[in-house]
Amino acid sequence: MEVAQEILTKPIAKKAVEVSGSVALLEALITEGVDTIFGYPGGAIMPIYDALFDYNDKLNHILVRHEQGGIHAGQGYARTSGKVGVVFATSGPGATNLVTGLADAQIDSTPLVCITGQVFAHLLGTDAFQETDVINITTPVTKWNYQVTDANEIPEVIAKAFYIAKSGRPGPVLIDITKNAQIQKFNFEGYKPCNHIRSYRPKPIVRPQYIKEAAELINQAKKPFIIWGQGVILGSAEQEFKAFVEKSGIPAAWTILGAGALPTDHPLNVGMLGMHGNYGPNVLTNECDVLIAIGMRFDDRVTGRLDKYAKQAKVIHLDIDPAEIDKNVKSTVPVWGDCKETLPLLTELVERKTLTEWHDKFKEYTQNEFDAVIFDELNPVTEEMTMGEVIKQLNLLTNGDAVIVTDVGQHQMVACRYAKLNKTRSNITSGGLGTMGFALPAAIGAKFGAQERDVVAIIGDGGFQMTLQELGTIMQSGVDIKIIILNNRFLGMVRQWQELFNERRYSFVDIQSPDFVAVAAAYRIPGRCIADRADLPGALKEMMDNKGSYLLEVMVTKENNVFPMVPQGCSVSEIRLK
Amino acid sequence: MEKQEFNITVYTENQIGLLNRIAIIFTRRKINIDSLNTSPSEVESIHRFNIVINESEDVVRKLCRQIEKQVEVLKVYYHTNEDVIWQEMALYKVSTDVIAEKVSVERLLRENGARVVVLRKDYTVFETTGHREETDNLISILQPYGLIEFVRSARVAIIKDSEGFNSKLREFERLEPGEDVIENEFLNKGDKVFTM
Repeated sequence: MEVAQEILTKPIAKKAVEVSGSVALLEALITEGVDTIFGYPGGAIMPIYDALFDYNDKLNHILVRHEQGGIHAGQGYARTSGKVGVVFATSGPGATNLVTGLADAQIDSTPLVCITGQVFAHLLGTDAFQETDVINITTPVTKWNYQVTDANEIPEVIAKAFYIAKSGRPGPVLIDITKNAQIQKFNFEGYKPCNHIRSYRPKPIVRPQYIKEAAELINQAKKPFIIWGQGVILGSAEQEFKAFVEKSGIPAAWTILGAGALPTDHPLNVGMLGMHGNYGPNVLTNECDVLIAIGMRFDDRVTGRLDKYAKQAKVIHLDIDPAEIDKNVKSTVPVWGDCKETLPLLTELVERKTLTEWHDKFKEYTQNEFDAVIFDELNPVTEEMTMGEVIKQLNLLTNGDAVIVTDVGQHQMVACRYAKLNKTRSNITSGGLGTMGFALPAAIGAKFGAQERDVVAIIGDGGFQMTLQELGTIMQSGVDIKIIILNNRFLGMVRQWQELFNERRYSFVDIQSPDFVAVAAAYRIPGRCIADRADLPGALKEMMDNKGSYLLEVMVTKENNVFPMVPQGCSVSEIRLK
Repeated sequence: MEKQEFNITVYTENQIGLLNRIAIIFTRRKINIDSLNTSPSEVESIHRFNIVINESEDVVRKLCRQIEKQVEVLKVYYHTNEDVIWQEMALYKVSTDVIAEKVSVERLLRENGARVVVLRKDYTVFETTGHREETDNLISILQPYGLIEFVRSARVAIIKDSEGFNSKLREFERLEPGEDVIENEFLNKGDKVFTM
């Protein structure tokens, strides 16, 4: 019996073959289902690249122009595909260039496995050429990292890396492999994926009593309010979430990373939370009686001033990461667990309600916001175009089916507020870290992660210049992404703050740009720049219809502000409409 | 909430780099580690950290959850000084001539619970174990006689609860996946805690 069990549970052991560490690594990646790698070669990772030469048919390696571009592409890939993004970089500067992306992936819970080359083990600590202490540099910004100095470790370590990256609350993992381990031959006995580490509990056990307590609170509530985050998407719990929202009839609002988990035009979707979120969701956070937070972490951009955040409400917090419970907002009922498991249990116990009066209140606020902000933003009478009307026109062409990738700043807030999203995994943006330069490489990766979908990158004139070298990656890989630069000739968000809080002292926000269309043309990417409203629909259509990548630069109002806005240090209910 | 000394106990795998991973959880928040001891535990290949910090309980609880989140950390517990029995060891090196001539060694040993570890012609090494005040006390006694060298270990602490960590740790090892003990269940159990 035991023997039979062993045969059933253990993969059939292959006969050991002698291979190099590099080959073992690539075989491991293939077994993990990796199809695309974003990377850049260099001295200390050369043996892996040498092995990769023979794996061209199985592994699609995208040569980026900078390691930061590589890791953001890996993030975009992971976010649209739901798989682990894989990134290669060499030692020293190659590895340090990954740090921004690691920090971004860590705070936004993106599953990544980054492989960095390292100098020979015997040179560690000697200040060898391109040696840097990658493990210690990346420790604060990785979920896990490990240095391999012996090829025998590779199969097990890679298996652990993938398991850790994608399980529980996902995150980036970095594996640093010394050059000798890449070259070293060893007896490779086949690759066994990992599904257990003794010190690691990816998800807490679901406690039925908390589910019951939560359901009781919800059933008694007169003004319950759901706020959800990326946890719903990361847990692939969109269906479970929709069922919960629809049965309970509770209005639901999203954080920017949660956008799209419930379609934008779903009747129970009441909009966006946070500093530039919608009016109703922010104000009514401080009026609801039960706040149900699902897969979100109460970021300060969502909560505003904490000591005035939802103090009247009982808080139910569903999260897979126990460290998030009570971190920022004290919960009345903590529902530990994977929301894919906890939501159905909760749905079963909640009563079907309509909450008409409560919904009317949201509608009232939506109308106020529409009159004060949205109408003018989407239907401006000014000569210059607004960012909002570009998104509105884009919605008509995408019908909400495209993947929208945004950078960081005003255009990001406008795009998140107005873009129509029908599907999950459609809104790719740098949320927690706020990494300017994220969008262009992330859009490249997003397309590789969702080949059948249209990918539109919306980027500001500032952020575009941070990673525009990745136009080279677009050119060489032939990837098809649409780039919209919303050019207000300013670092707009900082300018907005300087206008509102620093008496218009515009300190170094006046940024000049090159001729973006000419830059794109130099990379053989067609493009166009428009400044007239009349050209907008045609230009957007031309962009979307173009076979292959396209860059559209839209000149928009220089000094537009994003509203509503919760000023820093203010409560969410003190949100300003102008 | 008021700050006080907390004893944080961390059970981990024995992995290179883990000390740094745990240390940066404190340094990132600009929290000073007053004492840190790490050594193999009674369970094979599992190490035990004893960390002492001066903070409010709310901060300590959040720190513990962040530590427990690390992949190679098995369990984290925290206790106030009242919940643990703790000791620090100290070594004192003094000139044997001076000590023999001027100090009533016997009384010194008896009154301070010290013992002689090394006795040489040129110097003598005493050892004490106890609380900070006790080891401090012997310093002040020996100082006038020319203390050549002094060193104090980090704190080690053991909980007063009669069952201790061992059974909990073994249970964690056995259960798959283990029950997550999030709150510290010893803090509010006065009846299970006895004082000496």
